[in-house]
Amino acid sequence: MKILWLSAITCNGNAHSFLNYPYLERFLDDFEFIYHPIIDSLYTIEEVISTNIECDILILEGAISFEFNKIDIPIFNIIERYSKIVRKIVTVGSCATFGGIFRDGEYKDTTGLHFNKDIKLTRFANLYKNSISISGCPVHPEILVNTLYAIKSTMNIELDEFLRPKEFFAYTVHNGCTRNEYFEYKVDNHIFGKKEGCMFYEHGCQAPYTNGSCNKILWNEVNSKTRAGVPCMGCTQPDFPKQNLFETKKNMGIPQHLPLGVNKRTYLTLAGITKAFNIKRLEEDIF
Amino acid sequence: MSTNREDKKQKRKEQIMQGALELFASKGFYSTTIPDIAISLKMSVGNMYNYFKSKDILAEEIIKFISAYLGKELQRINEKDISTKEKTRAIVAIYFEVAMTKPEMIDYFLRIYLSNREIFRDNCAGMICVNEFVTEVMIYFEEGVKSGELRDQDFFSAFGLFMGYLGGMVFLKGEHILPRELDEYVDDISFNIYKALSV
Repeated sequence: MKILWLSAITCNGNAHSFLNYPYLERFLDDFEFIYHPIIDSLYTIEEVISTNIECDILILEGAISFEFNKIDIPIFNIIERYSKIVRKIVTVGSCATFGGIFRDGEYKDTTGLHFNKDIKLTRFANLYKNSISISGCPVHPEILVNTLYAIKSTMNIELDEFLRPKEFFAYTVHNGCTRNEYFEYKVDNHIFGKKEGCMFYEHGCQAPYTNGSCNKILWNEVNSKTRAGVPCMGCTQPDFPKQNLFETKKNMGIPQHLPLGVNKRTYLTLAGITKAFNIKRLEEDIF
Repeated sequence: MSTNREDKKQKRKEQIMQGALELFASKGFYSTTIPDIAISLKMSVGNMYNYFKSKDILAEEIIKFISAYLGKELQRINEKDISTKEKTRAIVAIYFEVAMTKPEMIDYFLRIYLSNREIFRDNCAGMICVNEFVTEVMIYFEEGVKSGELRDQDFFSAFGLFMGYLGGMVFLKGEHILPRELDEYVDDISFNIYKALSV
């Protein structure tokens, strides 16, 4: 199966993240890049842009703008041309999906392919049905690869409202977090890098309202932000990046953003009860 | 058990709590016995124990009952589409109204729940037994900050200012020190609280 990896307004973080896929050689037995910005490819970027080369999947990395050209050709035109050739278009990373940090850059009207933050765009509306978003900053290599194999096998991929595969994005990053016991009993007292403590109450962790599988499909097969002792920054969400990522915004002690789908009144009732447990074991450092 | 029987039992429980509340308010918690409460309700002592296994359990149930009652009143205010300034006044007004029409409730809260913590240590740790009331106060504060009317600060600093003030006024009234009725203080006190809490 042939893939075109097209970079738009990007830091190339997704292309690099992809290189961390542990079974890349096996992957390259099943897939071939007609062009990839880092991996040796069949064609040069000039050849890809000047002619139409046969391929099955268009991977778009980076945000897009009508002002952005690649070798003097507007990115919009390249996307339009290749979208007629390929079976599927996959936006990798949060910039290609939602616009990301480059929305604040110099190019005018910078957005993702189909979304400007959480607003659905109509510019490429004819491509919705063939598009899949894999958000994240950067994209999780295993989630990208698993999606590509799902496309290859022509299986039906159920998508959420942002065209992300539900298999990986229907859950929150909180799912599988090793700090859940601390979350349940509302014990934060965390120090960055430490194994103890929940980071939701004081340290800005966005895992309870961020869609992703980081704590189930681990990074480099070993770790995740929260496991390493750093709060989830919500990098798969339309509003990424936010500000003050290491601090929980609270109003008179109540977190401004509650876990996904949780009613405020019920949350506060539960919080009052769990705080009363006052479990010494969880308050103490283990190491 | 049928719903009808459950309702009846619940209603009877509430009658017992109300009767006990009045006796606790007039005689004090430790001087009031379960037989005293049974007699006042024309019940047998044995039957009383069908509803509450001990005086401590009755004490806990009463504080939960008061918290739920006040919580519901506050929830009604919180759910209104009005400013935090108006909510502040409404909360002060309802608190004083309860203190005037059901003085035993606030009295129990101040003189028994807050003054005899040893009774409530085991099953009412933290704020568990007053959760419904405290939750609504938290929502009032949180929405006030969100709307830009109230200053963001530590919850207990604000809670103490608001509830300590109201409790103090009811206490003074109970000691017959206040020269006027509580409802005559609503405007001044809600003005002071709002001014102290606002940005």
